[in-house]
Amino acid sequence: MEFLPLDRWIHFMAGITWIGLLYYFNFVQVPAMGAALADKDGPGPAAIGKYIAPRALLWFRWSALVTWLSGAAYLGGDIGKAFTLGMTEGGTLYHTTIGMGAWLGTIMLFNVWGLIWPNQKKILGMVTATPEEIGRAKRVALLASRTNTLLSIPLLMFMGGAAHGLPF
Amino acid sequence: MNPLDSILGTIVSGVILTVVLTLVIGAIAPTV
Repeated sequence: MEFLPLDRWIHFMAGITWIGLLYYFNFVQVPAMGAALADKDGPGPAAIGKYIAPRALLWFRWSALVTWLSGAAYLGGDIGKAFTLGMTEGGTLYHTTIGMGAWLGTIMLFNVWGLIWPNQKKILGMVTATPEEIGRAKRVALLASRTNTLLSIPLLMFMGGAAHGLPF
Repeated sequence: MNPLDSILGTIVSGVILTVVLTLVIGAIAPTV
């Protein structure tokens, strides 16, 4: 069995799970929460927060970690050349391109574990927080999540473009 | 208003960033 193709496969599956859930949060759940809050005669957003968000966040944060680890393993000995964007000895355009994707992915992993998850725990009541802290947590979590959606756009282009060519 | 407050603003910002980073890559990439 070849390690690199297997690792790349895992990287793709974990990455699709991560970014798919990221898009679910931004394009579906956040607008749906807003609509449910505004709908005074409706059932409200409580079930989303109780049954859906915790499960989505579970798959989201762990798939993010698996994506990063399998990506780092894929780079292997080239990881230094990638993170220095190909500007060190032996660096090529591949390292510059995949390195740009690796940097974006690393920033996004930090946003997941360092900003989104700790703040979501406050929002969903998994840890105790004052109403002021919850209000602040909502703002930070939203901005971190939106930042990751923004960063996923160049990330996917560089990740795919490193091996297959950039579109422009 | 923060562009990240809207989905459209997020996507447009992402596309702009993509173009900027591509130009950066063109400037710093090793000649191969």
